[in-house]
Amino acid sequence: MSLKLPIYMDNHATTPVDPRVLDAMLPYFTQVFGNAASRSHSFGWTAEKAVEAARDQVGALIGASGKEIVWTSGATESDNLAIKGAAEFLKDRGNHIITAQTEHKAVLDTCKRLEKEGFDVTYLPVGKDGRVSAESVRAAMTDKTTVVSIMLANNEIGTVNPVNEIGAVVKEKGAVFHVDAVQGVGKVPFDVNAAKVDLASLSAHKMYGPKGVGALYVRRKPRVRITAQIDGGGHERGMRSGTLNVPAIVGFGKAAELARTEMAAEAARLLKLRERLREAIQSKVDHTFVNGSMEHRLPGNLNISFAYVEGEAMLMGLKDVAVSSGSACTSASLEPSYVLRAIGVDEELAHTSIRFGLGRFNTEEEVDYVVKIVVDKVKKLRELSPLYEMAQQGIDLKSIVWAAH
Amino acid sequence: MAYSEKVIEHYENPRNVGSFDKDDPSVGTGLVGAPACGDVMKLQLKITDEGIIEDAKFKTFGCGSAIASSSLATEWVKGMSIDQAMGIKNTQIVEELNLPPVKIHCSVLAEDAIKGAIADYKAKRAKANGNGNA
Repeated sequence: MSLKLPIYMDNHATTPVDPRVLDAMLPYFTQVFGNAASRSHSFGWTAEKAVEAARDQVGALIGASGKEIVWTSGATESDNLAIKGAAEFLKDRGNHIITAQTEHKAVLDTCKRLEKEGFDVTYLPVGKDGRVSAESVRAAMTDKTTVVSIMLANNEIGTVNPVNEIGAVVKEKGAVFHVDAVQGVGKVPFDVNAAKVDLASLSAHKMYGPKGVGALYVRRKPRVRITAQIDGGGHERGMRSGTLNVPAIVGFGKAAELARTEMAAEAARLLKLRERLREAIQSKVDHTFVNGSMEHRLPGNLNISFAYVEGEAMLMGLKDVAVSSGSACTSASLEPSYVLRAIGVDEELAHTSIRFGLGRFNTEEEVDYVVKIVVDKVKKLRELSPLYEMAQQGIDLKSIVWAAH
Repeated sequence: MAYSEKVIEHYENPRNVGSFDKDDPSVGTGLVGAPACGDVMKLQLKITDEGIIEDAKFKTFGCGSAIASSSLATEWVKGMSIDQAMGIKNTQIVEELNLPPVKIHCSVLAEDAIKGAIADYKAKRAKANGNGNA
């Protein structure tokens, strides 16, 4: 089989739509195009039926009822709705929110906004493996804590949090437990009842569905209440107004069904590919460091630092391969990844990190090709690296007084 | 981010990669930047007794724009007098390589590296002369 370039290995950023998902969606653009909120004719009824079926499919993926699924425009909106909605609804009971330093910006920036509005937020540190411990959540909880938001799996280092243990602690204290499940759901087992979750954010495009549609799981028993952030026609039981994006929702449903039925086999296959990638790279390149936990990790994630080689220069060399870097240079901020900093990775190593995100459509041939060019580029860039030269000469880089700029 | 053709060309074919013996009295070494900031440039100049830069070499840890800036700097300084090299401005590098605003610090580093190498050379000379007189 011939290799098709460029190779996509950035499946934490987004995933392609699975052709089976696209097939399910297509009739809903031109034939079944009704507004799911139209109650007076069959166009509306058939659209509504499709939306309700998709609700059940998405619910089934996380052990929930379809009735507990609220459609949104994506997980960023879901995170905003969950945290702001619950914090506002419960503000008479308390004003303290707990989250972690390694959360996605959609959670962190939402919390920062709430801080400006007078809420207190605790940003929990994580261990070197990137995990949030249930004990640290317990220790941070006060009588005023109303919302705890912890992600299922991290988007950079793939670390999977012990959400079942954390959920037990949160419910012991009676706060609302929100899980940003975007990266983990469909990749590792996640059950809203096992984790005692009240609210969970999901995204279609991270699981081979279309972009522009997400969901918020909102527990019904016991009922969890949130303040709507978008007002209008009272859709989605008043929690999120706006005409439903029926084709995308149908696609999300199909994607969730595929994720549920194929997760076990796919996870095993991805783990094998990931280990093939990791073992080959580490056997051929010295001074590499895997960031995050090897034990509690998404099967398709490899985040690895290549010492003495700056990440963006690496990405530039891997021009036929789509991956990403924790290097400062890839963002406008010039700060290296806050996730890597939170797990104690030295800034200089953070600048050398590359994230590989393997997905459903990656093959062994692709992995082997990527290994070849990664090894080649690291070698070339190390020949160019004054740091590598100094390290080879036995100079301790930490002994040098660098002029920060 | 899209790179300019000139940055890509220098990245693909960096000029004058390598090192001189830093203890050679005719060699000035500039080492600027910091690993924690994601950029370190080492630029070395081999300078004749007449103060002419006869050769230059570099090694850079940094993004493509940092590599290109230092590669370009080595190309430019060859054949220049010390005074001419001291006159190279980072804005000239920005212009030549078409660097976007977020990459301007790469050109600043390259200018600093040239100045650092010349300062090192001058310090060495002063020390050698001082020792000779003593």
